[in-house]
Amino acid sequence: MAILLNHVSYVYQAGTEMAVTALNDINLKIPDGQFIGLIGHTGSGKSTLVQHLNGLLRPTKGALYYDGEEYYSQGFDLKRLRSKVGLVFQYPEHQLFEADVFSDVCFGPTNLGLDRKEVELRAYTALKQVGIEDEYFYQSPFELSGGQKRRVAIAGVLAMKPDVLILDEPTAGLDPKGRDEILDQIKALQKESGITVILVSHSMEDVAKYVERIIVMNKGGVLFDDIPQKVFHEYEKLEEIGLAAPQITYIMNRINKELLPVSTEVKTIEEAKNEILRAMRLQHD
Amino acid sequence: MGIIKTSKLIFEYIRRDEDGNVEGITRAIDNVDLDIQQGDFIAILGHNGSGKSTLAKHINAILYPTEGTVWVDGKDTSVEENIWDIRQKAGMVFQNPDNQIIGQLVEEDVGFGPENMGVPTKEIRERVEESLKAVGMYEYRKHSPNRLSGGQKQRISIAGVIAMHPKCIIMDEPTAMLDPNGRKEVIRAARALHEVEGVTIVLITHYMEEAVFADRIIVMDEGRIEMQGTPKEIFSQVEKLKELRLDVPQVTLLAHELKKSGLKLPDGILTIDEFLYELERITGKQNTPGKMGIL
Repeated sequence: MAILLNHVSYVYQAGTEMAVTALNDINLKIPDGQFIGLIGHTGSGKSTLVQHLNGLLRPTKGALYYDGEEYYSQGFDLKRLRSKVGLVFQYPEHQLFEADVFSDVCFGPTNLGLDRKEVELRAYTALKQVGIEDEYFYQSPFELSGGQKRRVAIAGVLAMKPDVLILDEPTAGLDPKGRDEILDQIKALQKESGITVILVSHSMEDVAKYVERIIVMNKGGVLFDDIPQKVFHEYEKLEEIGLAAPQITYIMNRINKELLPVSTEVKTIEEAKNEILRAMRLQHD
Repeated sequence: MGIIKTSKLIFEYIRRDEDGNVEGITRAIDNVDLDIQQGDFIAILGHNGSGKSTLAKHINAILYPTEGTVWVDGKDTSVEENIWDIRQKAGMVFQNPDNQIIGQLVEEDVGFGPENMGVPTKEIRERVEESLKAVGMYEYRKHSPNRLSGGQKQRISIAGVIAMHPKCIIMDEPTAMLDPNGRKEVIRAARALHEVEGVTIVLITHYMEEAVFADRIIVMDEGRIEMQGTPKEIFSQVEKLKELRLDVPQVTLLAHELKKSGLKLPDGILTIDEFLYELERITGKQNTPGKMGIL
C-alpha cells in the first residue's frame, strides 16, 4: 500500500518566535515492498518525516496519502494507519514492560481488539520472524541480551501485521555481529513477507548491503533519492552535510584516480574485490 | 607501575529474581591483569556483554573488585579515602550525551567539576577556558548545552572531565549515539588530548575504525582479555575477530579478501594509503615511494 507525500512541510512551534522548519516541501513516493534507507545527520528532519508517515505528526502544509486515502481526511482511520505503518523507535527495548516475552508481543494485537487465538498466532509468527526461539517465550524480556531484547521489541510491532515497517536506528549500541544479525533478519523478513521496510540510520556503511534505495535528508529536504551506488557517488557532497559514504567508496575512488581504472559503483566488499581483480587481470592482458 | 593497573581482577554480581531471591552468580570480569602506562592510547573492543564497560567502571571506582586489586596512579580503588582522588585522576565520559550535562551554560557545566573540588574561582575560569579550547568548543561557552548537537555535547562532557586535570580519561562508547560528523569530532578531540596534552585515553568502542588510532587494542570476551596488541597485530586476525562477534575496518577486510584470492598483500592493512601503496607495489606500477604518502 503505497504512501505518497505531496508538498509536505512541518514547522515546530509554528506561529511563535521559536518556530523551526523541520520539513520543507517534501515529495516522496514509497511503493510496496521496497527496502529503503533513510539517512541524515542529527537534525536533518528524518525523525520528523518518519513521524508523519504513521500519523504521529500532522503536516503544517501539504498532504500524505496512504493507499490513495488522504491522512486526516473525513473518515480516515488513524488507528488503522498506525497498525499498518509500524514504527520501531530507537532503543525499543526500553519500551518492553510485560512479565514475559510472549505477553509483551501480544500487547499490540490485543489492543487491536482481535480474538485471543488470532493474537497468539500473530505473536508466535512475529517472534519466529525475528528469530526468537520457543525457549525464550516465557522468560522475562529483561533477562535477554541486548540484541534479543531489541528483536522482541521489533516482533511487538510485526505482530500488528504492518504493511510498512519503519525502524529508527535499529542497530544503535549493538556489537558488529549483533548489528549484522538484526539487519540480516530484517532483510529476510522483508523478502519473505514483501512488506516495505524503511531503515533510518546515520550510517551508509550499515545500510549499503541491504537497501535498494537511499533517501538522504538534509535541512528538512530530500537531497538525494536514488540507488545506493548513485548516492555514494556523491560522497563529497555527503561529507559537506556531515555524512560519509562507506569506506569502500573512498577506496575505489582512490584506486580509480591513482592506480587502475575500476568502477567506483560498488556497494560491498565482495563487489569491490571482484572489481579490483577484474581490473588487474585486464591490465595484465 | 602504570597509571592504571589491575591484578587478578574478578568482579561478580548476584542475579536475583523479582522477589529478591538469589538465582545465581555471574562473573563479569574474570582474572584480568592490565597495565596501562601514562600517555597510552588504549582501545577496548568486545561484543555486548563481554565485560568491557564493567572493567571501565572499575577504573573510575564506580565498581569495586570482588577479588583482586585495581590501582589508579598507584592508589587502590577499594580504599574509601582514595575515591575522590581516583575520580579526579581518572575521569569518565559516558555513552549518552544527554545524561551527563547539568549546567545552564556550557561554561557552567565545564566548571562544575573543579568547583566541586574546591578550586579557586579564578583558576576555575582558566581551567574552563583551556578545557573548552582543547576540545574546540570555546566559542560556545555562553551557549545553552541543550541546543548543541550530540557531538558537541560529548565534547562538552570531555571538557568537563579535562577541567578536573585528570591523568586519564575513560570513554565508554562516547560515539555510539552520534552521527558520522559527531563521531569524527569526538575522536579528533580524544586524539588531540592524547597527542598534545599527553593524557592517557581508554576508549571503549564498537567502531573498529576508531580503534585504528590506538597504541594498543585490548579485546575482551567473557570477562577475560582475549587478545592484546597493536592495531596491526589485532586487525591481522580477521577470522578470530569475527568469532568474537567483532569486525575489522572495510579496507582491512578488502585487503584480507584479496589476499585470500591470491594477491600478495600483507596482513593488517589499516588505512587507505597503506592499501593503495601495497596494491601499487603488486600491480608493478611502482612509483617513487614518496608519492603515495606512506605512513
